Amino acid sequence: MNTRVKVVEKILSANDRLAEQNRARLDQHGVFGLNIMAAPGAGKTSTILRTIEALSPQITIGVVEGDTAAVTIDADKVIAAGMPAVQINTGGECHLDAVMLSGALPQLPLDQIDLLIVENVGNLICPAAFSLGTHANVLISSVAEGDDKPYKYPNIYRGIDALIINKIDLLPYVEYDLDYFKRGVELLNPGVVTFPISCRTGEGVDVWVQWLLGKMGRRE
Amino acid sequence: MHELAVTESILNIAVRHATQANAVRVTSVHLVIGQLSSIVDDSVQFYWDMISAETICASAQLHFERRPATLQCLECDRTYALDGELTDCPNCHSARIKVVSGEEFYLESIEVEAENPT
Repeated sequence: MNTRVKVVEKILSANDRLAEQNRARLDQHGVFGLNIMAAPGAGKTSTILRTIEALSPQITIGVVEGDTAAVTIDADKVIAAGMPAVQINTGGECHLDAVMLSGALPQLPLDQIDLLIVENVGNLICPAAFSLGTHANVLISSVAEGDDKPYKYPNIYRGIDALIINKIDLLPYVEYDLDYFKRGVELLNPGVVTFPISCRTGEGVDVWVQWLLGKMGRRE
Repeated sequence: MHELAVTESILNIAVRHATQANAVRVTSVHLVIGQLSSIVDDSVQFYWDMISAETICASAQLHFERRPATLQCLECDRTYALDGELTDCPNCHSARIKVVSGEEFYLESIEVEAENPT
């Protein structure tokens, strides 16, 4: 005898529940969590290093580096900048999820950290589907990637709280229609705050950092 | 994308609800997937056949119900369907639009055998 059992449960609900636990743990330690997503080469680590440079030593920043291989290139750079970092090697998995982050948190001195930056795996598709429990999700899109990315990778633009446009120092040298790019972003996430920056020259980093400090202060 | 992780989640949810219902076997699993949620049905079915083999869900059939994406203009309230490429409001051409439906990604129901067939 077959019977139908009503379920109606989000497929990734287990991840969402763990993300909530991560959030509670960060709150308990007074840590603001920031998830940074981007394509490979967009400048995630460079942005993190610029942010550390702008905020240290007043703000202690811990970094979780998501990598798909056992190379600690990014984590080493953060440690060289004087901040604690742990690497999550996803073993080829295309994104970080809440389980992976919950395993990394105990490896950081959370009581000494004000800001936790999670550098997600370089990917514009998968990280969008898995919440981590961070307080803000930020996407970095670089000028070098082209102006059509919001149209081609819409989902990741929908869930973000801020957008960084990196490598604006390249604008005079590449074909990139900033209005076309921004139109696509507007369609997906009306009114999302946008920060044009250059990690190479440092332009615009101060405005980004001011926004971040504001978010950290407003958090309750 | 990450179909294996997704399939594992589906299996965990189905097994939990089947156990709660005192089922001996799950015969089908009904999923609701919005047009904006990227998932490859064939890949999920492939992983499903592999990882469900030793469970109460072995040989259960997966059913994918696709929901179309609907958008609404925040300026003029016009509701319209997403047809291929993302476009602005067909009525007032505003880019300020929101997603009304199409992001569904859930397990709707399972069909189970409650007792061993005799």
